[in-house]
Amino acid sequence: MATEILMPALSPTMEEGTLAKWLVKEGDTVTSGMILAEIETDKATMEFEAVDEGTIGKLLVAEGTSGVKVNTAIALLLAEGEDASAEAPKAAEAAAPKADAPKPEAKVTSAVETPPHPARAADTTPDWPEGTKMKTMTVREALREAMAEEMERDETVFLMGEEVGEYQGAYKISQGLLDQFGAKRVIDTPITEHGFAGIAVGAAFGGLRPIVEFMTFNFAMQAIDHIINSAAKTLYMSGGQMGAPMVFRGPNGAAARVGAQHSQDYAAWYAMVPGLKVVMPYSAADAKGLMKTAIRDPNPVIFLENEILYGRSFDVPVLEDFTIPFGKAKIWREGTDVTIVSFGIGVAHSLEAADKLAKEGISAEVIDLRTLRPLDYDTVLTSVMKTNRCVTVEEGWPVGSIGNHLSATIMERAFDYLDAPVINCTGKDVPMPYAANLEKLAILTSDEVVAAVKKVTYR
Amino acid sequence: MAARKVPDLPNVSKDDLLKYYREMLLIRRFEEKAGQLYGMGLIGGFCHLYIGQEAVVVGLEAAAEEGDKRITSYRDHGHMLACGMDPKGVMAELTGREGGYSRGKGGSMHMFSKEKHFYGGHGIVGAQVPLGAGLAFADKYKGNGRVTFTYFGDGAANQGQVYETYNMAELWDLPVVFVIENNQYAMGTSVKRSTKSPSLWQRGAAYGIEGEAVDGMDVLAVKEAGERAVAYCRAGKGPYILEVMTYRYRGHSMSDPAKYRSREEVQKMREERDAIEHVRDLLMQGGHATDEDLKAIDKEIKAIVNEAAEFAKDSPEPDPAELWTDIYADAAPQTA
Repeated sequence: MATEILMPALSPTMEEGTLAKWLVKEGDTVTSGMILAEIETDKATMEFEAVDEGTIGKLLVAEGTSGVKVNTAIALLLAEGEDASAEAPKAAEAAAPKADAPKPEAKVTSAVETPPHPARAADTTPDWPEGTKMKTMTVREALREAMAEEMERDETVFLMGEEVGEYQGAYKISQGLLDQFGAKRVIDTPITEHGFAGIAVGAAFGGLRPIVEFMTFNFAMQAIDHIINSAAKTLYMSGGQMGAPMVFRGPNGAAARVGAQHSQDYAAWYAMVPGLKVVMPYSAADAKGLMKTAIRDPNPVIFLENEILYGRSFDVPVLEDFTIPFGKAKIWREGTDVTIVSFGIGVAHSLEAADKLAKEGISAEVIDLRTLRPLDYDTVLTSVMKTNRCVTVEEGWPVGSIGNHLSATIMERAFDYLDAPVINCTGKDVPMPYAANLEKLAILTSDEVVAAVKKVTYR
Repeated sequence: MAARKVPDLPNVSKDDLLKYYREMLLIRRFEEKAGQLYGMGLIGGFCHLYIGQEAVVVGLEAAAEEGDKRITSYRDHGHMLACGMDPKGVMAELTGREGGYSRGKGGSMHMFSKEKHFYGGHGIVGAQVPLGAGLAFADKYKGNGRVTFTYFGDGAANQGQVYETYNMAELWDLPVVFVIENNQYAMGTSVKRSTKSPSLWQRGAAYGIEGEAVDGMDVLAVKEAGERAVAYCRAGKGPYILEVMTYRYRGHSMSDPAKYRSREEVQKMREERDAIEHVRDLLMQGGHATDEDLKAIDKEIKAIVNEAAEFAKDSPEPDPAELWTDIYADAAPQTA
């Protein structure tokens, strides 16, 4: 039977084209790869090659014809011993995939189906049993201890980054780990973020559990292609066959007087990406418990630390195997007049503000999200439905912030409970200045949180 | 065809020659069919064909052992077929169907097979290079003696991350073969318009990496060089670079009119240097196969490819619920 040669689609968007020129005539013998015609698409003139071999029986569309729809039969190709006259051209078979037939609606949650209230009761179970022995520890020590414990527990866990080994860590988070685990598992890299992030993702594909330390997250911008395109998306692109169980960690956000390129909060950037989990702890206990969970998590985890918090001390439970689950916010302080939602160092500003507000008779509930992906909407919504007011607090820039996302969520799911618009307290919408006075103006303060709370409580 | 140089008869078995012939032909026929399905609108988006470069992957796979890994760019169909992935699953991924290797969620540029140690299918030029070194890092860490073939093109060879990777791969003696498939054009930019380096493999010297250039239109030469590279890596000496000189007959992607080179240039390569015709000549001249035998193989390959195409057309589109799966590897909420 003669084969119909169809008008091809020669670009992702082509629907019709011009058959500019035939390069074969009726009766010609063609083999695969031979150029049959020139076809003008919306973008260019393309050569159109034969796939099958045979004899050109009939040219069905004359050269120079424009507006030829994709998949129209343009010629007939005869196999050995066939005759053109015997073959009436059939209508071209529709190329559209059969499955293009009306499809059942996806059984998925879309924005319009979002439940108006908390999906579940907020998880208020304590992070550790009552009566647990506590010890005082800095965030720095807590992070180090978490990594050491997980490296003890799982041989495939290793730490890689600039100055993590012999130098003992630029911020001393990896102090002592080289001595404890050796150079095979505590690996000093050259200054080459793009490269070593890619190598670490490959190692994760290959069955290891890398912890990548960025000296600061500012430098991770050099590596962000691997974090997002390689680490976050591979599980999906591979239909679940392989992914990147690993942790990217390091200090994030403003330190002090280090200027625009070294002072940026990436929380909202990473929290936007499906496939990543994003953690941003405030306390030492959370830093430890969440780091251990991050290392065990089978997905890529962004772990955003803070240089200013590294040296702060907190009580940490003395437990054999202490972990904090992702997606469970912590209520640092209960209150009735307003909900302050924050994470990372923003929690410090929020707690300070809550103290000041208490003196003025305003009772603030302070929620620490701890993880931004997954995000504990239930705890936030439950609180807002109680206090009817909300202020979000974060160090990052205002546009496209976590606060913006929370505001939208609260509006969609708890609109009727709000007695005032939600206010987002953020860093100022400027690159970080160096001058001491300007930097102070750029960074969020507890006074700004106090002012925002007074505004939503009409005081 | 007369212009093609008559090959010396090398020391290679009939079975091996027939195997290479069959494997290269499968890739070519598969790609031609993919081009056709693209023309019919059954394959969408970007589709980068491997036609012309078949000897590279077939030669190197002949040098690989079970358990060795491979990773490449978006021009990946040939690599998948050469490492033994099922043509049906590959074609069905091209058509975006449930029967595809990624259940339709990856497409032409993003396919994987854990079983065949194929780690993608990466769409960002050069990104697969550190990823490949990372796979080798994992193998070295485990001490399992495996080698990773990390393929990239002459275009990717100008990406900074390639050199970051060279530096660390040599520093840490990673068992990785860097395979530069130099097909002479990075999309529309020829090598001589993108660099003054006399050769790409020699850039490894700056990092202390050994390597060589290979005739990529000769599957036997590729295999031999591949064996040298693999032996070097397996001996724990670190990475090795192969710059395989090859040529793509088709445009960069389906929508590339390829005006940056002459039709004669392409035709000359096809007539004088075609890798499949080369093996065909070896088979015929060595008395290993008759025209009839080869026709039978052609027919067999065509049947495999047609079957793959039919499968790829008939396989249903993924269930809508697939939109929300495989975002996370655990039971975590799949989205925010």
